[in-house]
Amino acid sequence: MEVVAVSNQLKKRTVKEIRVNLDKCIGCRACEVACSGFHAKPKYSSINPERSRVRVVMDLLSDVYVPIRAGDYTQAECSGRNTYTINGKEYTQCSFCSVSCPARDLFREPDSGLPLKCDMCEDDPTLAEPMCVQVCRCGALTYASWEEDVAEESVRRGEMEIGLECLVTRFGKDKVADAFDQLMGEKR
Amino acid sequence: MRYAETGYNLEVDLTRGTVKRVQSDPRLTELHLGGQGTAAKILWERVPPETDPLTPENFLIFSAGLLHGTPVPGANRTSVSTFSPLTNLYVNSLMGGWFGPELKHAGYDKIVIGGESPGLVYLYIHNDKVEIRDASHLAGKGCQETATLLREELKDPRIQVAAIGLAGENRVFQATIEHANSSASRHGVGAVMGAKRLKAIAVRGTKDLNIASPAKLWELCRNKYQEIHDNKNCGDPMAHDHNESFHVDNFAWGNARTRRKGYWSKEREERWVAQWKEVRTRDSGCYNCPKDCHYTISYPGRHPYFLKCFNKLTYCMAAFEEIDFNYDILGLTSAYGLDGFSTPQVLAFAVELYEAGILTDKELPDFPADGAGRFFYLLEKVVRREGIGDVLANGVSRAAAEIGNGAEAFDHNTTKKVEQVPLKLGVINYPFFLMYCTGEKMNITQIEGSFPQAPIADREKRQKFVESWNAAPERFKKWFLEWEPKEHMPIEAAVNVCDWNESMHYVDDAIGTCAWLSSFRGQFGGSPPYHLFNLPEIISLATGMELDSDRLMEISRRNRQLVRALNIRRGLRRAEEKPPEDHWKIRDHEMEQKHLDAYYEFKGWTRDGIPTKETLDGLGLGYVSDDFVNRGILPDCDSVPVRKAGESR
Repeated sequence: MEVVAVSNQLKKRTVKEIRVNLDKCIGCRACEVACSGFHAKPKYSSINPERSRVRVVMDLLSDVYVPIRAGDYTQAECSGRNTYTINGKEYTQCSFCSVSCPARDLFREPDSGLPLKCDMCEDDPTLAEPMCVQVCRCGALTYASWEEDVAEESVRRGEMEIGLECLVTRFGKDKVADAFDQLMGEKR
Repeated sequence: MRYAETGYNLEVDLTRGTVKRVQSDPRLTELHLGGQGTAAKILWERVPPETDPLTPENFLIFSAGLLHGTPVPGANRTSVSTFSPLTNLYVNSLMGGWFGPELKHAGYDKIVIGGESPGLVYLYIHNDKVEIRDASHLAGKGCQETATLLREELKDPRIQVAAIGLAGENRVFQATIEHANSSASRHGVGAVMGAKRLKAIAVRGTKDLNIASPAKLWELCRNKYQEIHDNKNCGDPMAHDHNESFHVDNFAWGNARTRRKGYWSKEREERWVAQWKEVRTRDSGCYNCPKDCHYTISYPGRHPYFLKCFNKLTYCMAAFEEIDFNYDILGLTSAYGLDGFSTPQVLAFAVELYEAGILTDKELPDFPADGAGRFFYLLEKVVRREGIGDVLANGVSRAAAEIGNGAEAFDHNTTKKVEQVPLKLGVINYPFFLMYCTGEKMNITQIEGSFPQAPIADREKRQKFVESWNAAPERFKKWFLEWEPKEHMPIEAAVNVCDWNESMHYVDDAIGTCAWLSSFRGQFGGSPPYHLFNLPEIISLATGMELDSDRLMEISRRNRQLVRALNIRRGLRRAEEKPPEDHWKIRDHEMEQKHLDAYYEFKGWTRDGIPTKETLDGLGLGYVSDDFVNRGILPDCDSVPVRKAGESR
């Protein structure tokens, strides 16, 4: 989400949305290919679906094809173990859940285990559409954006803040502080 | 640093129960690219020519293509290379889906499997963790069910599985290796896997792969998605076309003999479409490709399965039945793991033998009277190698010889013991004659593809076709422009067409791109997304190799000659290079042999079809020519003069 200040004190924000049409997904996982490439550093240096922030949860013979984007990280599994039947097909609660959670190994960096989160391919210059949408030619993923009024300005957090917070939650303040001090000591 | 490839093969010895991660020689990539190219090299080195394909000494190699795991759309076809129990020659069978890219991310370019396990096992690969595990609980399970059970057992829904069914376990020569929406179906590769007592391979990979010029390659690939999606001439048109008149009216029914002109009608089309709507659940694609060439079928009482390509019609046409029967029996054959091209012909062959009184109630007790009933009956016998099924499971050609008593006359649609597309045509077509005779794949759909099958009658349309034909080298444009209906092209053109067609397949099979996007589809519309002139840049950006069209063709030729050499060393000679007996009604023996002579010469082969020392040495295959000389396949150059490639007789 991006916050844009406009005149006479009104605040607007641009809401970006990726719409998913499950019936159109063909399971090619081009979205995963494109996402992992776009977010690799340097850009496109690696194509690895495991690092993708969008994953297609597939059960081919049960006709389940669900592209989901990575959302927030959570430490604990939820209690939800519901099963939904939609148009005769069975989905678990996890099928549509975007959370990077201990119940499954989706949306975690394969090396560090740190959580991944979709950032709508925010970049400079801005992309016309997120990369996953650009390569989804069968039309399962489409992009929409619009402006909304906001009550007050929310602060945008950078990757470093999010990453640090994850480390703190995972290892505790003291350990992170120790590691930081040690790192700085070595540098000096 | 290795780019596009992992640089490692997984070596599995099933006799000893050992696995090894072995670094591959980067020079081999320069020489052969990867896929079947490097697999052929391994088979040359490790499998002596006298090896029986079903013994532990044979190797079964799963190769990811060189471009698998790069962003190149449609690079997903996995090669299965080994020696075939059906032909006793080399086989390279391919499957699409997701297997090859997953293998690359697990850190391997190939799985090289030798030996034979004492009991049924499966191979589990998760990055560096590789285990040979007991599979006794999977014995007799269907291919699709095996994949589901392994995903549950290993608690990972993203594992990619390649498995054999009952047919493979019982070493049926039509046995496939099934993976997701695809299968490696040709020449009994499933029987080789069964002989090794390997039920399945389950692979999961999460590693990175390096790309030489990643940003440039991505920019190029990014535009390919739309191009491939919109290109009506690539992908599988059969997946979306309901007008089956081309196949049902022109291809032969039963044991590849009976044409049923006028079978197709509006009424039948409506009925077939209605049926299709009942059973089809979804169109789907393969890894990183925007085409949806496969679809799932849920037929009442059968395990769901994927339908692809000509499989839609082969069983019903062979059994003289309606489409409903085809959907029904595919539910069984997909689970058993049986090739949809050859199996129906084997079953139809048995029905013909019964009708001719060569097979009787003694071999076929309680044989049903209807086509469908007979096929279900025979299928169970073949897949279990029970009674006469044990003979039929060796394929039409071998079964005919074994049954004797006149059965040989019913083996009229095979080449080198391989059941061919059931087509009976009028006048001989020389490029196709050459492809049938000499193609090492022995299935015409995997040899033809770049040059159109027939001329365009309208000169203006022909001109237009040639103008937008970016995929073709100049000489082919000239030949096509001059090609009038009902005329034969010059011998030189026929020779070049055969060579170019198969060369493009050899490129695909090394880099892992799908033939539907390149080598098979240029003939329709002339605008395949991948061709001789844009692939060098794509491969260069991915691998860092310096490559142009000439060099790519040289590698393709090297791979082709090496595959030829594998078969020559196992005894293949000119005498076996002929098309199915009555494929064409109007033949010209003298012209045919002239074409064959010219083709051998063009290829740098002797009159008997053996690559000459000059040909082999010129491509860096000196170790092959040495071997040929040592074995007496080629004369020793110092003592006997040999005709040079290209030199006239």
